Amino acid sequence: MEVSLAVRGLRKAYADVVAVDGLDLEVRAGECFGLLGPNGAGKTTTIEICEGLLEPDAGSVEVLGLRWASDAAELRQRLGVQLQETQLAEKLTVEETLRLFRSFYRHGPPVAAVIGMVQLEEKRKARVGQLSGGQKQRLAMACALVGEPDLLFLDEPTTGLDPQARRQLWDLIERFKTAGRTIILTTHYMDEAERLCDRVAIIDHGKAIALGTPRELVAALGADHVVEFATEGDGLEAGALEGLAGVRAARAEDGFMRLQVAQLHVAVPALLDELARRGIGLTELRTHSATLEDVFVSLTGRHLRDGD
Amino acid sequence: MEIRWQERSLVQLTLVRFREFWREREAVFWVFVFPVLLAAGLGIAFRNRAPEVLKIGATGKELASALGQGKSLNVKLLDRGEGERELRTGAIVLLALARPEGGVIYRYDDTNPDGRTARLLAEQAIQRAAGVRVGVAESDDLVREPGSRYIDFLLPGLLGMNLMGSGMWSLGFSIVYARKMKLLKRLVASPMSRAEYLLSFLLARLTLMIAEVGALLGFGALVFGVPLRGPLWQLTLLCVVTALAFSALGLLVASRAQTIEAVSGLMNFIMMPMWVFSGVFFSANRFPAALQPFIQALPLTAAINALRANMLEGAGVSQYGGEMAILAAWIAVSFFAALKLFRWR
Repeated sequence: MEVSLAVRGLRKAYADVVAVDGLDLEVRAGECFGLLGPNGAGKTTTIEICEGLLEPDAGSVEVLGLRWASDAAELRQRLGVQLQETQLAEKLTVEETLRLFRSFYRHGPPVAAVIGMVQLEEKRKARVGQLSGGQKQRLAMACALVGEPDLLFLDEPTTGLDPQARRQLWDLIERFKTAGRTIILTTHYMDEAERLCDRVAIIDHGKAIALGTPRELVAALGADHVVEFATEGDGLEAGALEGLAGVRAARAEDGFMRLQVAQLHVAVPALLDELARRGIGLTELRTHSATLEDVFVSLTGRHLRDGD
Repeated sequence: MEIRWQERSLVQLTLVRFREFWREREAVFWVFVFPVLLAAGLGIAFRNRAPEVLKIGATGKELASALGQGKSLNVKLLDRGEGERELRTGAIVLLALARPEGGVIYRYDDTNPDGRTARLLAEQAIQRAAGVRVGVAESDDLVREPGSRYIDFLLPGLLGMNLMGSGMWSLGFSIVYARKMKLLKRLVASPMSRAEYLLSFLLARLTLMIAEVGALLGFGALVFGVPLRGPLWQLTLLCVVTALAFSALGLLVASRAQTIEAVSGLMNFIMMPMWVFSGVFFSANRFPAALQPFIQALPLTAAINALRANMLEGAGVSQYGGEMAILAAWIAVSFFAALKLFRWR
């Protein structure tokens, strides 16, 4: 299988913090690969090293079989990049911005076609400063696509967007996927990773702590469901619940008890019986199918959105 | 496939510079309108007036009529009290008092040039009236030629100041803004040529410079008749060299700054001494000799001296070779340092 990106033993430290700490990754041609992790996990540093914007302290990066040290000019022609915080020139129009970016690349679709791809036809003559957040993000995406890249890097493509704009952007990314492009994206939204990514690496403290398809990662929990409940008063120990039928793991947090559960129809009656036996009243009970968020919680004890 | 010229990246980058400048209306004002307004205002304020008739007072009819024979004096007959009051308030510059025993006393402020002039004119008039004749024949040959007026002196100064301001701002501000917005980072993640990016600023600067210089000089020449005595191509060359020197300085200032505040502060720090010392509004020679080596080494001083030499004296490049060398040195040193220090993120 053709490998689009191979990262080995990557390390990058800043003055006060190790951002990337011995990371290995392999992204195959044609897949959408996600780096999922909380803010500050080292995702952006990793992706910027892959984009040739940062120098690693140690480790090797091979992109499309090429290396930054020797093939930078060739690589820049073949990569599409969307950075997390870029604000494009506000005084230019959508069309002018894309014509500028188009002029940097040897080949690619005509500007009008790219505008069509990201559905900004009506905003063609509008100044960038007048676009909404979602439109700006679609324009940033268009700038990444204008050189017809073999590999597309998207850093937090939907951060800060409202739900509707996020869904629009997801549709867009899904269309590129079906066109067979290789995409590497970072996100701290587990729903985004689940929906878009063929494979996901969960990143925490600069290391990949889990790797697989979203389905595999969730399945590795050994629990398809999560039960969360609150009771009157405390006095309930997590350990006491781990023995219940169908419960894989239990953890108390923020006044809630979280149970990872293989079979809901077995575990919930067992839980209710146990609470009744102890005479503890239930104030809240909810269940959901296990997600990548639960995978992250079970691996780190923290939530993806912690510290947002 | 043949790439059309307007699809070339250097052309696109330069077009972006023009668009950003033109759409920033305030920048258009400061570059094109402000210098013309300033030249107009100062030109009118300091225009050469018809020789002024000085107002003086005199006590006594005989004295007043004797003084009134001089054409340059406007004599008022006053009593002593009124005369003293008008002298204090500046309504007259000199009060001639007839002495009872014969003769005249002049009351005036000898630190006021008008007072001293009035004193000389009054003396001449009275002596003439008394029948004194001068021994040497004299006649006047008046010179009121363009080239020696304040506006003539001012315009090259304003031109230099404008080339400094727009050169530094257009590079410094745009580049730091792009860096702050992470646009620079985005651009270097694309295959854009970094050299072309910087070159686009110079190309746009030189093009706008032609319009900017044209507007100010055209205004000066048409409205005030400011002379352009030197060869025009040499004046153009001088403006190009000056624009490059300040663009290089602007690039240097922008090479590291991360915020608009930082770059504005740096630019004012660098431009302020030149506004004061480089002889925009008055001759730089008025400053003490000890300061002169520093003042003469400033790029704006060199630019303005050379502009005045070209425009007012009609001097050739060889006559301001020293100034050209100073500007060339500023270009070389600033560009070299800027490229060494420059950060794309």
